[in-house]
Amino acid sequence: MKKLDILVAGVGGQGIILASDIIGETALSAQYDVKKADTLGMAQRGGSVISHVRIGQQVHSPLIKKGEADILIAFEKLEAARWGYYLQPGGIAIVNNHALPPSSVNTGNAQYPNDQEITSILKQRTDRIYFIDGTRHARELGNVRTLNIFMLGSASVFMPIETQVWEDSISQHLSPNIRRINIVAFRKGREEMRSAHLG
Amino acid sequence: MIKLLSGNEALALGAYHAGVKVATAYPGTPSTEILESLARHEDIYAEWSTNEKVAMEVAMGAACAGIRSLVSLKQVGLNVASDPFMAASTMAVNAGIVIACADDPGIHSSQNEQDNRHYAKLAKVPMLEPSDSQEAYEFMLYAFDISEKFGTPTLMLTTTRISHSKSVVKVHQKQAPLARQASFHYDVEKYVMLPIYARLRHSLIEERLTKLATYAETFSFNQVSWGERRLGIITSGVAYQYAREVFPQASFLKLGMTYPLPKNLLLNFAAQVDRILVIEELDPFLQENIQAMGIKVTGKEFIPRTGELNIDIIEKASRSIGLLPEVSPQPLKDMPVKLPQRPPLLCPGCPHTGIFFTLSTLGKRSRPTKSLVKTAKESPLVITGDIGCYALGAYPPLNAMDTCACMGASIGNALGMEKAGIAKKLIAVIGDSTFMHSGITGLVNAVYSEGQITIVILDNRTTAMTGHQDHPGTGISAQGKKTRAVDLEQLVRGIGVSDVRVVDAFDMQQLRNAVRNALYSTELSVVIVRGVCAVLAPKGSEPRAIDTEKCNRCGICLQLGCPAIQREKEQIYIDAALCAGDACTICQQICPRQAIDLKSRIEAMKPL
Repeated sequence: MKKLDILVAGVGGQGIILASDIIGETALSAQYDVKKADTLGMAQRGGSVISHVRIGQQVHSPLIKKGEADILIAFEKLEAARWGYYLQPGGIAIVNNHALPPSSVNTGNAQYPNDQEITSILKQRTDRIYFIDGTRHARELGNVRTLNIFMLGSASVFMPIETQVWEDSISQHLSPNIRRINIVAFRKGREEMRSAHLG
Repeated sequence: MIKLLSGNEALALGAYHAGVKVATAYPGTPSTEILESLARHEDIYAEWSTNEKVAMEVAMGAACAGIRSLVSLKQVGLNVASDPFMAASTMAVNAGIVIACADDPGIHSSQNEQDNRHYAKLAKVPMLEPSDSQEAYEFMLYAFDISEKFGTPTLMLTTTRISHSKSVVKVHQKQAPLARQASFHYDVEKYVMLPIYARLRHSLIEERLTKLATYAETFSFNQVSWGERRLGIITSGVAYQYAREVFPQASFLKLGMTYPLPKNLLLNFAAQVDRILVIEELDPFLQENIQAMGIKVTGKEFIPRTGELNIDIIEKASRSIGLLPEVSPQPLKDMPVKLPQRPPLLCPGCPHTGIFFTLSTLGKRSRPTKSLVKTAKESPLVITGDIGCYALGAYPPLNAMDTCACMGASIGNALGMEKAGIAKKLIAVIGDSTFMHSGITGLVNAVYSEGQITIVILDNRTTAMTGHQDHPGTGISAQGKKTRAVDLEQLVRGIGVSDVRVVDAFDMQQLRNAVRNALYSTELSVVIVRGVCAVLAPKGSEPRAIDTEKCNRCGICLQLGCPAIQREKEQIYIDAALCAGDACTICQQICPRQAIDLKSRIEAMKPL
């Protein structure tokens, strides 16, 4: 593998930083060089959050160049559209099929884009767009907070790292009481991507 | 051992391995995690100081006593600490003292964009600039050694992208901690900066700087790596990482120590390349200092002085002067779509929401009709603000903050407007941690000068914005120990304010009464609005819901700006997963049709 640039995007509170931390630690366990940079807004919650993870033999810049990301993992649909321009032509977009309207939409001052608009925005970069029902699956698992690990499972299909390395890294990062459910979420996410989208 | 560490974690580990025993800081993004990481070690003393000036003074005290100390702060924190920082440069150093300062190019979470490298030159102290976490870790060991060897504080300068990026760190075998006993050697010439002694010190500082410049020539992290001689790049910090990717073939002089600069190394590098480009963030600090040596370099003529750099910006700038070819393939265009923004918001259950809503409505800032007041011109209030989460009260729909300058400024700003002759009621809004930091002196000044302003202290019992650090009002130390709390109400009364009210942040009637009292009072008054930060408040109570039969969609609840209250088409509803429930109930109190209640009660009332 020459390099892998992964952009994780979503809304504050969705577990984006934890997910990108796990990607970084997993890649380190698999003997790669890693850099990762989080961009948070001012407050902790509710704002748009992105995390850059860069993996390779030697990584210099902690930030991904626009138009060079191999994978976009978006935990929310509007955020997928917002950060889609980071993808390289033919890159992979993994999008949680879930909307969290920002306040401007709630107060009627802005319009949330519909699914067709979001798809057409992403299509300017790539046809490899995978909508995943992450939030629905996480709820069915009994804990909506497992969304981040579910999405990670889906994305892991496209990364050349063994499942066991992923699962060890997830276990190390999470407290014992939520380890099991998150390992299940990871496997479900992997399965969902494999069966529903890759046939 | 190999670890994936943020720059801040690496700085903390480096300091710990260098034998630091006293660590001080006031929280500030992007520097906060340095002290948080150090505070986990029980064999050192770590404190959240009242402010950065105090932090610097405590660290200086430790250094006078022969114990290695570290101050960590953000760029504007060094402004607060600048007086003792200059004093630390002048006074003798009896043990290593390092100031870890994190700049914030791009203003991710600050009130300005200043380049603190100028402070090294102003104070005539050595400055190190790591370019990743490995260097952050290793430079700390050097920083303490340089401090002791040359008798100077060392400035360790990072930026957001160094402090908050994670990269791989090879951790050395843990060094044996320095076994030192604190001791103070009485010596007025070294420690008492009366003019007669300070004059002596100034000559020593100039000598010190000359010696440091010689040291810089052989400092092992001022590195030349030869590539093509057509282009030589001089750079430091995270800018080096971007430059390496843009110009993989060029020759590089990467500076780990950026003040004082190694003149011979620079001259030698310059003589061997055809053209020199300086790549640095913000001001032309390296560029101007190198130019002053008579070396011809360019940089800021085409590289922006504002904002962060990244690969795209450096490529674009380089193309504009022909250093890079007009590429094929063409750089991809940003996709021109207009998407709704997602600014940060006050959390559901935030104790600031109620008071801002009250200031906004009584202050005629926003009205629950379609005709939102866009400007505050007609408002009977001027609200001076301060630094913290509550600065978000400036955004719509609350529109309840008119100034926000720097830590503690709200009180002085309000008094200044009053003394200038503004006839409106002046209200200063300041958080509890910010009040402790630098509001107290402003309040003393307002009492002394017989101001008629009202100071609203938002007492959420924490320093929320930077991630919930304790402060003197909470009575818990940085290392989690119970300590003596400073009583806010007693403090304010002790300063001489007699009209002091403590109100519940979630009681709308109390808030309205307090703001009305302030509006008509001509006496200096303080309102302490007390309510625990939503992030720290107990969870799990039953969420509120909207009775759609009773709701007439007037939209008053939406004016709170609560993220839990949402609208889908014409229907307003409360997101049960976000609602803070019993801890808040503000929307329930303000609904004119009593349409908001416990979810279970509304469902029970529904006809079958």
